[in-house]
Amino acid sequence: MATREQAVLDKLELWRRKPTKFRDERITMAHGAGGKATQALVEGLLAPAFGMTELADAGAVDGLALTTDAFVVKPIRFPGGSIGELAVNGTVNDLAVAGARPLALTLSLVLEEGLGADELRAEVDAIARAATAADVHVVAGDTKVVERGHCDSMYICTTGLGRFDPRAHLSPAALRPGDRILVSGSIGEHGTAIMLARGEFELAAEIESDTRPLWPAVDALLEAAGPSLRCMRDATRGGVASALNELARASGVAVVVREAAVPVQPAVAGACEILGIDPMYGANEGRFLVFVAPEAADEALAALTSVAGCEQAAEIGEVKTDPPGLVLVETAFGGRRVMDMLVGDPLPRIC
Amino acid sequence: MRFVDEYRDAELGRALAAEILATAEPGRHYKVMEVCGGHTHTIYKYGVDDLLPENVELVHGPGCPVCVIPMGRVDDGIAVAHEEGVIFTCFGDMMRVPGGHGTLLEAKAEGADIRMVYSPLDALRIARESPDREVVFFAVGFETTAPSTALTLMRAKAEGLRNFSVFCNHVTIVPPLRALLESPDLRLDGFIGPGHVSTVVGARPFEFIPADYGKPIVVSGFEPLDLLQSVHMILLQLRDGRCEVENQYKRVVPYDGNAQALRVLAEVFDLRPHFEWRGLGFISHSGLKLSHAYSDFDAELRFRVPGIRVADPKACQCGEVLKGVIKPWECKVFGTACTPERPIGTCMVSSEGACAAYYNFGRFSRGEKRLVGA
Repeated sequence: MATREQAVLDKLELWRRKPTKFRDERITMAHGAGGKATQALVEGLLAPAFGMTELADAGAVDGLALTTDAFVVKPIRFPGGSIGELAVNGTVNDLAVAGARPLALTLSLVLEEGLGADELRAEVDAIARAATAADVHVVAGDTKVVERGHCDSMYICTTGLGRFDPRAHLSPAALRPGDRILVSGSIGEHGTAIMLARGEFELAAEIESDTRPLWPAVDALLEAAGPSLRCMRDATRGGVASALNELARASGVAVVVREAAVPVQPAVAGACEILGIDPMYGANEGRFLVFVAPEAADEALAALTSVAGCEQAAEIGEVKTDPPGLVLVETAFGGRRVMDMLVGDPLPRIC
Repeated sequence: MRFVDEYRDAELGRALAAEILATAEPGRHYKVMEVCGGHTHTIYKYGVDDLLPENVELVHGPGCPVCVIPMGRVDDGIAVAHEEGVIFTCFGDMMRVPGGHGTLLEAKAEGADIRMVYSPLDALRIARESPDREVVFFAVGFETTAPSTALTLMRAKAEGLRNFSVFCNHVTIVPPLRALLESPDLRLDGFIGPGHVSTVVGARPFEFIPADYGKPIVVSGFEPLDLLQSVHMILLQLRDGRCEVENQYKRVVPYDGNAQALRVLAEVFDLRPHFEWRGLGFISHSGLKLSHAYSDFDAELRFRVPGIRVADPKACQCGEVLKGVIKPWECKVFGTACTPERPIGTCMVSSEGACAAYYNFGRFSRGEKRLVGA
């Protein structure tokens, strides 16, 4: 390759690694998509304002883990789940992948004037069922009502409290060259299910959201490979691609993914193919990435595949040294490319 | 996926790559332009050029419909979107294309009702469901997408929908190709012809390329094996001293095109005397507008469209990239001032744009070990 081209690429790499600035004049839907614009908002405005240095899924307070999440999904019910179930699982999963056993939740409901009582009752039931399944209690809450048209049926905020597991020593900055990367199952299902549930495309496919609590899987992993686990992350908005990029940046390492090894359901692959979307960017609500030292990778994978719902877990790649901060894909066709964070927003309001 | 995965077989890809290597004359440098943005996307997505020998270079042409929309037209679209009562609909890629005064995405954040659609029929449905609003569809694209706009308009007319109109930016493929071939700084050995456009217009309209300009062209499909095979077919023509239109995409493209689609285009659209292309300037008879019979549905007549021409930003070299004169990385602002999240030029906006494809999917040196990590 021409040295000038290499020089430009090197400069590009440097630019990509620079701390992101928030320079936009207005909030656009892209800021909510979990990709680059979200990163600029969080790293460029929010984190500095609160003096946060490490951006993990949950914060630590006196040995306890604390996290919070808002849910604005449209439509509120979709194949495989609903906003209520999502509001529990999304928050307990942020605790779980941080290595904390979920203990309790608080719940805030923002309700739209005119919402049917049956619809509300159904979601309250869904919240109660999901909390029981995840073994957490809802211990406090709040309700607000806004005028018709000021929110779509309902928005939900949940805050989760968990206890860090002594077997876990996890950090987004802990990735080391040689580490193996596992994914806990087939990807892209939640995003695709929501997309189809909106009925904007005349596509019919049996795709269900993957929303589920992840603590049982994390618990099994900690038991099998606790000290060898470096980091875990749930691949929600922005998908596997964006989560890998965040961690490659946080640890200053390269991540190499073998595309052919990443499990994708045929129906998801087909829908994504038709819509021109890469499943790597598709949202998940019950899948997470695991970074584990190479010597413990097989035990970790065996533990993961033995958990219900994670049977399709797979090793999908490896951590390398160079180029730091970038995610590379070895395509199934035999070529190679950089897989950047999501830019723009293919699909707003998925969770 | 059947009928798709077969065209992505890595082993067949390596076999074709070996044939390309055997066909290419050592010491000769080949420059082949893929005209269509869909091809550019495939090349980067699958890393197709990792499989090509060092002396076979792919140059990315002007066939990304979003990339060729000039800034002034984006401003016109935004102006219509801001009109009272308008629901403005467009394809997702179009939302982030910068005009002289921001993007449609920003206009949406400022309060304009702008909605992303996947088909003009979605826009028509919105018009039916919102009879008290004016629904405008921002139509872009070559002959590939123009028939669906045309059929949508025919349906709107048949239904007597009075609140639907089209802001027409459809373009045609032959005039820009001719403009490119007339360009004195162009050095290309052959063309990979646009498969999707050809499903409509056929392969015959490209006969002028070998006849008038002495360059081979192979109309190609969009899977990685299609592209490798097309490159091989071009190299074979060059080796054998042939120069003709070949059709690699026979499974979809009839040599004479789709007669019905062409009839529909002729009924609904007229050629504009000239149309501005981003980076390429004004090209005669290269744009479509609604025909007299459909002028009631023409958003440019229904609304006040400023129609102010905006010069391309000075630093932006989209034109040279589109002509294949420079590679994306050779542009002064590439990757620094101009990135996919803050594009200056349109080539950086759509994932089919040469610059965005290069930026997102990157191209580390072929064969360099550095890529797969130390």
